[in-house]
Amino acid sequence: MNFLFLSWLVLGLGACAAALPWRSSKITAILGGGSAVLGCLSGLIAAGQGLVADTAATFSLPWSMPGGSFSLRLDGLSAFFLLPLFIIGLVGALYGTEYMQKEKARLHWTWYNLLLISMAMVVTAANGLLFLFAWECMSLTSFFLVITEYDLPEVVAAGWTYLLATHLGAACLFAFFLTAGAFCGSLDFASFHLLSRLTGPVISVLFLLLLVGFGSKAGIFPLHVWLPDAHPAAPSHVSALMSGVMVKTAIYGLLRMCSFFPVSPAWWGGLLMTIGITGALFGIAMAAMQRDVKRSLAYSTVENVGIILLALGFWMHSRAAGQHVVAALALAGGLIHLLNHALFKSLLFLGAGSLMHGSGSRDLGRMGGLMRRMPVTGLMIVCGGMAICALPPFNGLVGEWFIYRALVESAATLSGLGGFFPVMLVGFLALVGGLVLIVMTRIIGIALLGVPRSPAAAQAHEAGWPMRSAMIALALLCLAGGLMPIQLLRVAGRAAVLLDPDSAHLFTSQVITPSWLGIMALLLIGALLAAFSFNRWRQGRGTVAAASTWGCGFAFPSSRMSYSAESYSELAQSGILCSCLTPESRDGRTIGFFPMIRSFVFTAPDPVLEKFFKPLFQRLAGYCRRCCRLQSGNLHIYLLYVFSATVLLLFWAGQR
Amino acid sequence: MDTLLNLLLLLVILLNFFLLGSSRLVSCIRTIAFQGGILSLLPLLAHGFSGHTLFLAGVAFLLKGIAIPYLLFRAIRQVHIRREVEPLIGYVPTLILGTLATAGAFIFSGRLPLIPEHSQSLFVPVGLATLATGFLMLISRRKAITQALGYLIFENGIFIFGMLLTEAMPLMVESGVLLDLLVGVFVMTILMHQINREFSTMNTDNLTSLKE
Repeated sequence: MNFLFLSWLVLGLGACAAALPWRSSKITAILGGGSAVLGCLSGLIAAGQGLVADTAATFSLPWSMPGGSFSLRLDGLSAFFLLPLFIIGLVGALYGTEYMQKEKARLHWTWYNLLLISMAMVVTAANGLLFLFAWECMSLTSFFLVITEYDLPEVVAAGWTYLLATHLGAACLFAFFLTAGAFCGSLDFASFHLLSRLTGPVISVLFLLLLVGFGSKAGIFPLHVWLPDAHPAAPSHVSALMSGVMVKTAIYGLLRMCSFFPVSPAWWGGLLMTIGITGALFGIAMAAMQRDVKRSLAYSTVENVGIILLALGFWMHSRAAGQHVVAALALAGGLIHLLNHALFKSLLFLGAGSLMHGSGSRDLGRMGGLMRRMPVTGLMIVCGGMAICALPPFNGLVGEWFIYRALVESAATLSGLGGFFPVMLVGFLALVGGLVLIVMTRIIGIALLGVPRSPAAAQAHEAGWPMRSAMIALALLCLAGGLMPIQLLRVAGRAAVLLDPDSAHLFTSQVITPSWLGIMALLLIGALLAAFSFNRWRQGRGTVAAASTWGCGFAFPSSRMSYSAESYSELAQSGILCSCLTPESRDGRTIGFFPMIRSFVFTAPDPVLEKFFKPLFQRLAGYCRRCCRLQSGNLHIYLLYVFSATVLLLFWAGQR
Repeated sequence: MDTLLNLLLLLVILLNFFLLGSSRLVSCIRTIAFQGGILSLLPLLAHGFSGHTLFLAGVAFLLKGIAIPYLLFRAIRQVHIRREVEPLIGYVPTLILGTLATAGAFIFSGRLPLIPEHSQSLFVPVGLATLATGFLMLISRRKAITQALGYLIFENGIFIFGMLLTEAMPLMVESGVLLDLLVGVFVMTILMHQINREFSTMNTDNLTSLKE
């Protein structure tokens, strides 16, 4: 606990120091980034202590707020979420010192440090009011980070969408905490165990409130609409922090609150699974159609949150059915995937930011051939891509392996139609996995391989050492996770003890431990190295004709003849995806022998946002605008309102 | 004593009707001064002679009967206005509304759970009726000066209502209310003068342009 306070102290001091008007932005970056690095190191010690300690560390101070108290609790679940928070906060700060060198980003480091403090407070708060306070601080600081480039209209629009979504979610959370506080008599989490006495529809309504409230932050399927806009708008290390950690704090909230509930009915799990698999399919399908690298990665976050939700829903479902082995596998899969996603998605966002930094654009169609000019960044993106595609030897495999195993195990034990659903989910999950492969090969193939597609890409430069070392650190962590799955399982087991004591003891037993998974990965690395060196040795003997990638058989191919990002995913669009996701394209088809100049426009806006939320809110705005007539601007009318209100109140009081 | 009190209160209601129906500002101000004079007698009649009531009556008479009418007369002299020509709601409709409001006030106060010594007196209904008159004046008139008059009538209603509490209320609070009123009218007359000089109109409709 003391190290957590030390980390908050350092981060807070750094935030204050970075807010001062220093003469050069370099001093601000060193003060803010340096304090963030130091604070995160101290926070990592606190997280490690929390993971090792057997009992939870608690701390409590009275607070003048009614119903509130400044009480904190650092247990296994909190520490499990603090771990990725401080890892990514640290590498993000390192990365940001080089990435953020603009004058207008004055307060960037203040917001960054405050975001880290508030996120750490969200996962350690043990009082409802303190939790909501930290939650709102987290939303506001991340909003300010999203609108760093506030002179661009689309950035500001993305910021507003985000603020609206997060506040609508927070309204549900307020409703939940006030109801729960009224039922338990106190807003302290210590008294929330009384919630387990609730039964019937009340508890289900509370659960739905939680799902909407936390779901709007986590980006679960129909509420994800802010994510694809906000992530490209934010600076890359902020996107990494938001996508890797902030989204997960919502999952933390859901898990923490569910731990107070009675054993959940099976349909909650079913609901989570449905939302999860729909979100996963939708997210990855949308990711395959984006030209913007970071937008594509943001949709991939929607997909991964869907997978995590699927695993957690499956855990709830099998726990309600009493299948403890399956529940343990699903819970382990969900938690490990959550941790892994934080690592590899941050790595990919940092890599994408480095591509932007080097080539000056987020557009895939303006990159190309960057592997040659930015070898380290390119290699790191390939590593992150392998991790996200769940390929060994990286960590992405471990979580998904557990989820697949849970599904297969469940299908084997259940009989009849009950066993059909897990098998169907296996199929859907495999489809998602295939589409992830398309998305990642698309990014790697179009951005890194081939020839430059724009003059800026031809002039691209490699990132400096802070950015490179941040990416390398994350890639090594991804590799370590893949080679040592037992350690990942042990870390997840610390969090699982609080959530499901019946399944948690299985985490250490031989039933589910994947001891051979790491060895397989090592063998695979060995085989790959052997194949590579054999190939080198063979090439060394004869000459191999060099031709440009994506040359399509032309004698003198230019970059305009090669496959574009759209054409690469065309098969997936027209062959696999359902028609409601079809992007808008204005046809550039050429007819005849000497065609005129044609242009081809392709946009893939979010169907949920365009077809549901925008019309809904426009209609609501129309209704609200009618109320504006009440505000006539005429003093006499206002006085009339006051008069009639007074008379009505008098009569109302007289009636009683 | 009580009959005299009730007579005076009924006179206040009659003056209310006169105020609602009259378009000439000079006579309106005179009526208000007269009403203020009557009001200053109320504490003496209701609660007998004592240092407290004497002080209250003296201050109320000085302010409501002399100082405020004087300020208002000066204001209309400065801005050269004699009549309220175009009220938002005509004089006859205002009078009818005023009658309805007065009737409503009497009906309403009959239903209120008052303590026995107040239930027979006319203080509550007259106070409510005067408040409603002030509100009607504020709503129906355009000129800033008639708005000030509406505000004054409104305050008179509060004063009548406050009579019920004279023994309970400390002197300080009452003097504070009276001083408030004086300052309010003072500011309002200065403001009217300035508005008139700047915009050469006293029409409050022009404030509509201030809405968002």
